[in-house]
Amino acid sequence: MAQNLVLRPERPDPDELLRKVMAEEARERRGKLKVFLGYASGVGKSVRMLDEGRRRRERNGEDVVVGATQLASTPEVRALLDRLEVIPLRMCDGVPVMDVDAILARKPQVCLVDGLAHDNPPSCRNRYRWQDVDELLENGISVVASVNLQYIEEQRDQVAQIRGREVEESVPQAFLGRATEIEVVDAPPDSCIGNDPCDETGRLRREQQLAQLREIALLLAADVVDHQLERYLLEHGMEQIWSANERFLVWITPHADAAPMLDSGSRNARRFHGELIGAYVARPDLAPAERVTLERNLKLAREAGAEVHALDGEDPAATLLAFARSRGVTQIFAAHGSSQNWLLRTLGGPVDRLIRDADGIDVRVFPQ
Amino acid sequence: MAELAARGRLKIILGYAAGVGKTYKMLEEAHELKRQGVDVVVGYFEPHGRKDTIARLEGLEVIPRRRIEYRGVTFEEMDTDAILRRNPQSCAIDEFAHTNVPGSERGKRWEDVQILLNAGIDVVTTMNVQHLESLNDQVWQFSGVRVRETIPDWVVQQAHDVVLIDLPPDALLNRLKRGAVYSPEKARIAAQNFFRESTLAALRELALRQTAHEVEGRYTADSDEAAAAELRSTGVAQPLAAETHDRILIAITADPSSAALIRRGKRVADYLHADCFVAFVQSRADLADLSVEERKAVEKHLNFARSLRIETRVLEGEDVAQTLVDFARLNRITQIFLARSRKHSRLGLLRPSLVQQVVRLARDMQVTVVAERHRSSAAAPAPPG
Repeated sequence: MAQNLVLRPERPDPDELLRKVMAEEARERRGKLKVFLGYASGVGKSVRMLDEGRRRRERNGEDVVVGATQLASTPEVRALLDRLEVIPLRMCDGVPVMDVDAILARKPQVCLVDGLAHDNPPSCRNRYRWQDVDELLENGISVVASVNLQYIEEQRDQVAQIRGREVEESVPQAFLGRATEIEVVDAPPDSCIGNDPCDETGRLRREQQLAQLREIALLLAADVVDHQLERYLLEHGMEQIWSANERFLVWITPHADAAPMLDSGSRNARRFHGELIGAYVARPDLAPAERVTLERNLKLAREAGAEVHALDGEDPAATLLAFARSRGVTQIFAAHGSSQNWLLRTLGGPVDRLIRDADGIDVRVFPQ
Repeated sequence: MAELAARGRLKIILGYAAGVGKTYKMLEEAHELKRQGVDVVVGYFEPHGRKDTIARLEGLEVIPRRRIEYRGVTFEEMDTDAILRRNPQSCAIDEFAHTNVPGSERGKRWEDVQILLNAGIDVVTTMNVQHLESLNDQVWQFSGVRVRETIPDWVVQQAHDVVLIDLPPDALLNRLKRGAVYSPEKARIAAQNFFRESTLAALRELALRQTAHEVEGRYTADSDEAAAAELRSTGVAQPLAAETHDRILIAITADPSSAALIRRGKRVADYLHADCFVAFVQSRADLADLSVEERKAVEKHLNFARSLRIETRVLEGEDVAQTLVDFARLNRITQIFLARSRKHSRLGLLRPSLVQQVVRLARDMQVTVVAERHRSSAAAPAPPG
């Protein structure tokens, strides 16, 4: 069986259990973060956030305050604000910022924070608003926040490419990953273009930009949900034999050129927005030529953006399959065996066995 | 010159479970259209006894349902003819995936919607992601529920826009507990099927990914069109992306696993923008062996493939594997999809399985062996009986 392979354990060991309990306790003390994610301004994030605050207050009787809202607001937003308690912003270097101390002193159960990606002037305690929010959470105050995809740190380059301009403010994606809940505010692009005074071509281009941003927002949320699901299944001791995400595993060997499989794998991963993984089962007795091929294949795999793993095991096909299962792989790419050995060809080589035993996982055999 | 009525625009409000707020959103859209001065009616509305939703109906014109008798019971269905006579600009229609009662002109509500779209009426409709044909096996795998009311993917691809209604499972489960989604008894049953936290999270992830896929499909189609327009106006061809064009051949048998094989192959073809064919090889040697049931099963699979808009072929040959591979070569197929045989011969000495034979013969193309999926342990237990 695989040895230096970190398989998902069926039963968590005591250390992990302890870590889980401690994390659970920390999570209980810490406030809960809920984020409304939109891909542009005008999709209705603020309204959704404020409406959630209103419902929590009126229906659940929670103690809700508004910590920060956008200044330019619509009648709909103003009507909601009228029904909520607002902690006024304070001035810092002549710029209005969220009054963290006033909120901590007021100590509500829930605080609504619009524009999670705002940054603060240099003389403020925290450079970024998300750090203000972190402080509220640390103090046991739950936060409902809204954020525009364009301001998420890791997405900025991609967004800048699409929009043709850089944004200054940002919030790290990992911060969103810690949110208890993330909710996408989706709308067709035409609804947030409004009455922009631009010609037909400009409008079309803008619509396309927005569609791309929208796709990124949806996929980002899908990834967050995927991690939540994984955590949930792990905590409840359920195996994950199923995945909403396609994961492609390329079987790298010292014999076959892996380039066609990696090309196809990275194209498939891109089209499915899935993951590309490469793995080889280590063998001690490699001939020099085999070592060269293997090294070249591994280099290609890393260049293709694959996450590469070395596995240890007696039986290559069985080792690879165990690894594939532990990672929720949906397709394994393998090269045709090149063996001319009649015995192997009739009794079945490793690829035959892979096909035979790959229960629940597709196997794609590539020409050599 | 008489102008042909432009086809209506279809908008789909996509959710992942009952109670996420699809119908409410649909009615809001209808109100918004009305505010903008659009002549809009409600063609079908499913109240589910939800107060908030029913209240949103106020101020909207509703086309009365049609009553249909079936085996002594009266059913109510959408009155497509009445909507056509009323001829509004836009029509809101709940539950896109609904199956009409026998005796209706068309079997499915999505087919009724095609009639309205063809008449130039815009349609706003609602559906859950689990009703999408290509996701049927995946949904079964993690939920244990085999969804019967499905919509072919091409119908959804026709939509001008797909908008997601998102809601975290926690919030949805709270709604369920408050009785805002189902009556208490129904809520208890629902909690055992789709309404389990892990199942809801999985469905939600599928809905997010599917919406992203739909959004991408639309803007890439738009940019292809823009590139084509540029070509027409400038006469300069844009360099085409040098990506391989895939052609997928799905080889079916009489085995029930063929349905899942077709769905899987078609899904991969859609994502890769590949051409897709389904073939069944009738072996001359085995002709006598094919029972009536098997013949019927093959016909059913071929019809299913056609309903998904896949080209189908029935081939004849002495040797099934050889015929298949010859056909693939002749048609420049890049990938063959086959189901993993359940009786995979361990000692392939006497007679290798079809998969083994094809893998050995088709050494110049990719062969994808699709494995049967099993239900996850996180899925609901199978219903008794």
